[in-house]
Formats: sequence, C-alpha cells, structure tokens
Amino acid sequence: MKCRKCGRPAVFNMRQHKLALCEVHYPEWFVAQTLRFIEKYRMFGPDERVLVAVSGGKDSLALWDVLLQLGYQADGLYINLGIDDYSAASCEKVEQFAAQRPEAQFTIVDIKAEYGETLPQVARRVRRGRGKPCSVCGLIKRHVMNRITRDGGYDALATGHNLDDEVAVLFGNVLHWQTGYIARQAPVLPASSAGLARKVKPFCRFYERETAAYALITDIDYIYAECPYAVGATSLRHKGLLNQMEEESPGTKLHFYLGFLRARKAGFFREQVTEVELHPCTNCGQPTSAPGLCAFCRLWG
Amino acid sequence: MEVYVKIIYRDKEWELHGRRRQVRDVIKKVGLVPHAVLAVRDGKLLTEDVMLEDGDEIKLVAVISGG
Repeated sequence: MKCRKCGRPAVFNMRQHKLALCEVHYPEWFVAQTLRFIEKYRMFGPDERVLVAVSGGKDSLALWDVLLQLGYQADGLYINLGIDDYSAASCEKVEQFAAQRPEAQFTIVDIKAEYGETLPQVARRVRRGRGKPCSVCGLIKRHVMNRITRDGGYDALATGHNLDDEVAVLFGNVLHWQTGYIARQAPVLPASSAGLARKVKPFCRFYERETAAYALITDIDYIYAECPYAVGATSLRHKGLLNQMEEESPGTKLHFYLGFLRARKAGFFREQVTEVELHPCTNCGQPTSAPGLCAFCRLWG
Repeated sequence: MEVYVKIIYRDKEWELHGRRRQVRDVIKKVGLVPHAVLAVRDGKLLTEDVMLEDGDEIKLVAVISGG
C-alpha cells in the first residue's frame, strides 16, 4: 500500500476514507484534520485559553500534543484519583510528556491530598459507589475539571473523546432510548450562565485506531494498561460490537455519528432538551440541580 | 515456502508456522478483529496488506480503551 501523498510505503490505512498515508504525511493529516474540526464546530479561537484534561492515555496526550503544535494556549490538568499503581503510572506518563515539551504547563489535582480519601476509598463508603466506582469517578472528574477551568480563567475544557467513545455512548443511549442524553451529546457543549464551563471534543471525528496510530507514529509514550475498574464496562462491550460491524462494513461508525449530528442539527431531538434550573452549591458554589449541597460535596459528608 | 511468525498481544503469544500471510490474515488467525488492533514490527506500524517474512515478530496493539 502506498502513501496517497508521496507514493512511499504507507504505514496506516483508513478504510472508511479510502486513504493510506506514510509516517510523514499521516501526522500532518491528523493535525490538519484536528484544526478543521476545531474550526468547523467553533470549539475555540486562536486567542482563547484551553484546559486539556489529560489521563496519561493515548487520546488525551495526543490531543495536548496536537493543540500545542497548532499554537494554542493549551495547559494540562491531571486528576490523581489514587487508583493504586494505575494512577501512579498514568501520572508519570503525563509528567514525562510535559518534561519533553517546555511549553506544556500543567496542574495536578490530588484527590486524596485535597479531600482526604482516594477514589476507591470514597467509592467504598458511599451508596453511589456500590459495585463499581465508575459513577463516583465521573462525578469527581466533572467537578474538578469544571472548577479548574473556571478558577484558572480558561475559555474551554478540552477532552480526548474520540469517535469510538462518542459512538459507544450514542449506541448505548439509543438502545435504551435515553432521548434526553441523546439530545445533549455534541462536539461542543456551550458554557452556561450558571457556571458550567464550555466543553469541547476536538477528536470526536477520529476513530480510536487513528489516535492510537498518531501516538505510535509520533512516539507519544502513553499508558497502555486499562483502568482496573474498566474491565467488563458496557461501553467497552459496545465498542467491541461496533468494531465487528466496522470490520465488515467500513465507515459504519463514522456514518452513524455524522448522521446523528445531522439529525441533531435538523432539530430531531430539540423537544427532548429540558432546561434544568441550576443553583449554586451552598459549599463550593458550583452549579447543581437541587438546592443545597451538590452531589460532589455530599460525597465528602 | 514455510515461514515462522511470532505474534504478541497483551500477555499472549502465538507462534505461527505455514505459508506466508498478510498482516490482516494473521490478526484474524489469532482470533482478533483487524480494525481493533494495530500491527507493529520493529517499532514501525504496518498496513494490513503487508506480507510477513520468516522470523517476523509482530506486536499487536489494542486500540480500544476507556470504560
């Protein structure tokens, strides 16, 4: 297989685009596509400050790398959840990444140091964490990401969600007809007057294998091990099923997602968007749907 | 000509003997979905049509992550 641009041997082929590229032209294409998505969905402008949520995994580190290459003011945020060896190893990847790039500034929020307990400890103690700590983990991350985005004066919070992540969520929500959730899924979630930061997903149109290929080709050292709590997760099962469909019919995932975005733009789910009135939490001031303490502050008693 | 190829995926290893095969066929042979892995030889990515040589050691990198 030859590179479409230069004719040298290709290292990566995207069947859904009928496009094969070499190790020089693939990263170039990937960076240019990211810029195209940022502009197409009006995620943020060249003068805006962006906070990138980094986990040490391939997607978030690749995103941070690309945003820095594109010249954006992109700082990192790593949340240390205290998941034994996994958190220690993933934090090390983020630190190594930043050490190789003088322009990469980042903040670490250590949950145990700030709140007194690690994620596994708090999840064992509260009802929400029964069975698996993933729900508590999501709550903690959403709260901290929003807090640091606002306190740091950032214009947007960028996450490394890729097309496979988006399609797995969409697939799960369609299976259960969670129309309210479907209506709220988008490449950009605008900031709210109540205090929720703008959230953007610049990689939402890249297949997961595309972000992995970018990380491998550009020598980004990421944490390959899976979070120990992700084993058996429904979204991973859905990803496996969707990949089988993609294997037999290239482009299935992309068309599912782009068709959804078109339907959303045409107003298919408009009636499902219900405006929830938000109040400031009486402890932390972050927006919450019920008066009093927010769900995050209730975690810590 | 019979060739020998070693495949590594996470903590598993396979040793395949037989005719020369393409990357894509080898991935299927070990029971994985080609779309869900990337094939790496000597640190370099391979496209699925590459014909493997005798003695090749191929590392398959899972691309799925997240919970």
